[in-house]
Amino acid sequence: MTGASVMVQCLEQEGVSIAFGYPGATICPFYDELAKSSIRHILVRQEQNAGHAAGAWGRMTGKPGVCIATSGPGATNLLTALATAYMDSVPLVAITGQVSSELLGRDAFQEADITGAAVSFLKHSFLVKDAEDLPRVIREAFYIAGTGRRGPVLIDVPIDVQNTRLKGRFHYPEEVSIRGYSPTLRGNPLQIRRVVEAMDGAQRPVICAGGGVFGSGARQEVRLLAERCGIPVACTMMGLGALPTGHPLNLGMLGSQGGALANEAVRRSDLLIIAGARAGDRAVTQPGILEKSTRVVHIDIDPAEIRKNVEAGIPLVGDLAQVLEQILAQGPRAHDRGWFEALGLPQDDSAGYGESREGFVNPRRLVRLISSHMEPDGIYVADVGQNQIWSARNCLIREGRFLTSGGMGTMGYSIPAAMGAALACPGRQVAAVCGDGAFQMQMMELATLVQHQVPVKIFVVRNGSLGLVREIQSTCYGGNLSAVDLSGSPDFVALAAAYGIGGARLCSDEAVSAAVERAFAEPGPFLTECVVSPEEGTVQCGAEKEEQR
Amino acid sequence: MKHTISVLVENRAGVLSHISGLFSRRGFNIDSLAVGVTEDKMISRMTIVADGDDYMVEQIEKQLNKMIDVIKVRTVPNDDLIRRELMLIKVSCTAKNRGEITDVAKIMNAKIVDISKDTLTIEIADRPNRLDLLEELLRPYRIQEVSRTGTIALQRGSSVIAR
Repeated sequence: MTGASVMVQCLEQEGVSIAFGYPGATICPFYDELAKSSIRHILVRQEQNAGHAAGAWGRMTGKPGVCIATSGPGATNLLTALATAYMDSVPLVAITGQVSSELLGRDAFQEADITGAAVSFLKHSFLVKDAEDLPRVIREAFYIAGTGRRGPVLIDVPIDVQNTRLKGRFHYPEEVSIRGYSPTLRGNPLQIRRVVEAMDGAQRPVICAGGGVFGSGARQEVRLLAERCGIPVACTMMGLGALPTGHPLNLGMLGSQGGALANEAVRRSDLLIIAGARAGDRAVTQPGILEKSTRVVHIDIDPAEIRKNVEAGIPLVGDLAQVLEQILAQGPRAHDRGWFEALGLPQDDSAGYGESREGFVNPRRLVRLISSHMEPDGIYVADVGQNQIWSARNCLIREGRFLTSGGMGTMGYSIPAAMGAALACPGRQVAAVCGDGAFQMQMMELATLVQHQVPVKIFVVRNGSLGLVREIQSTCYGGNLSAVDLSGSPDFVALAAAYGIGGARLCSDEAVSAAVERAFAEPGPFLTECVVSPEEGTVQCGAEKEEQR
Repeated sequence: MKHTISVLVENRAGVLSHISGLFSRRGFNIDSLAVGVTEDKMISRMTIVADGDDYMVEQIEKQLNKMIDVIKVRTVPNDDLIRRELMLIKVSCTAKNRGEITDVAKIMNAKIVDISKDTLTIEIADRPNRLDLLEELLRPYRIQEVSRTGTIALQRGSSVIAR
């Protein structure tokens, strides 16, 4: 039994059913064994997309997704996906081949110090030098990636370790014991009581829901707490979907890209309960001002997040679902909802999408129509740029999910992530919405969608430029447009056709409904090119204009 | 203000670069960092002296604690600490001033560990500020080379940083 065979057996023991990757010389022993296993392999067209797909798979299932790459350039191509997963606390295990142990450090062909290069984007990493360590290392990697604050873990395996014959019988450790790692899951009862007292004493409490709601699987608990206590919920971009769109207690998205209602309610609140959020610079733009008027409860599984960005009056470390259950068990009192209902501000843009332009599609209305047409459990994946902001502000989320690269803001995320999500949730509808800039960073994955018949519906919002940068240049750089013109881009519908993917082009608001319907009626992947005016911006409809950076 | 942080870590390859990388990445300034194995060969102790306010020290502690290879982190109050540092210092000398330098070393409880016809090498293990003082006293004789280990520390009394 070789190291490679042990690696594959370990993955099977972890219940891995699918892996995304790209082979190369130093990972060949592993691929040789993988082909004989029950694990389905999805060959992507660039390693970064394996990382995004596996990450989205992890976000949807709650278990670590698996991506594989070879040494050197294969491994370095993974870096952006690792960083993306790290910023959004996504459970992910990356396996890379490495040059033979005796060549390490000699700049051998396709050698890269990937554990060194990736260190700041990883929850943890292993460079395996002894094949006997493989079962323990793989067990620990999955445990670390999938518990506590989720995150990416890298296992780098030199080719000679993969080829080593192991002594004895294969044994996968059941127990994990890592003395430097034991996440706190239950909230401290004393702190729980303090939080409940603060809630009972507050007049205008607000919950700020972040990505931790999904990381912890606490969607139900958030809703229960909000409804029982009459506390409205503002979401960060990562927390969108914590409550369904249009729920009377849903304030919409807060922060610099957020809506007026959420921001005003947070400003007026006397107690802000931050639930599984970093309170990053995009969500809480002026923490200093907030802290003066509002008491802050900060619930997070990662103690290092507490008091990093916002001064928390009451810190509470633990797994969000468990902590909220503990709070609910104390029977916190119900609050009067009058104060935020009286604000009379819209949750999102749906009250006014802005004007309809001749020959163009209104992007805000487009987002709403795509998302409302999907089945209630549909998965909407937004890319980065103007389309992300339009999507976040207008996506109708019911029992489904809104996925995007929130922390890292990685362009080229949506199609591979949609692919991973679709493979994680067969039968659910998945849409990938991206701009024409981001599309061209990931269009090689059209082939992967075709090869594996993954029914992702792609909507390319085409305005012929890097829209968000263009917008920043228009407002902050005196209209000096620099390097944002995307002339030379192909006809995306024709491109899709070349891959054997059906497509349609949309140039008017009237045609949107029928086009969306058609996209979802097609059995396989489908691409809809939506022509949007380059004049369309993200700041409008009564939203306050905050400083663009 | 200076803070002394004692960190117990897994004695594994890459842990040192991992930790020093954390400091540079998060913009924490290190004055010194000393590493060595403990009574348990599987565990190393790092003694880090960092300059910064309370917010920074709290952040350092939390970020260190987050690392899987870190077993225990403790910032020890300065008055609760025995701190020592080792320094080797090579200073120029002549037949005429050799006696003077030897006197300075003797008064400072330092040892002459090497001698050549025009240099003396002196060893001192003491509190960091005493090392500074010796360096100051020897400066007029022309210092050729200095090597310091960085501060190591243990708590006073019977308390220990338990694993």
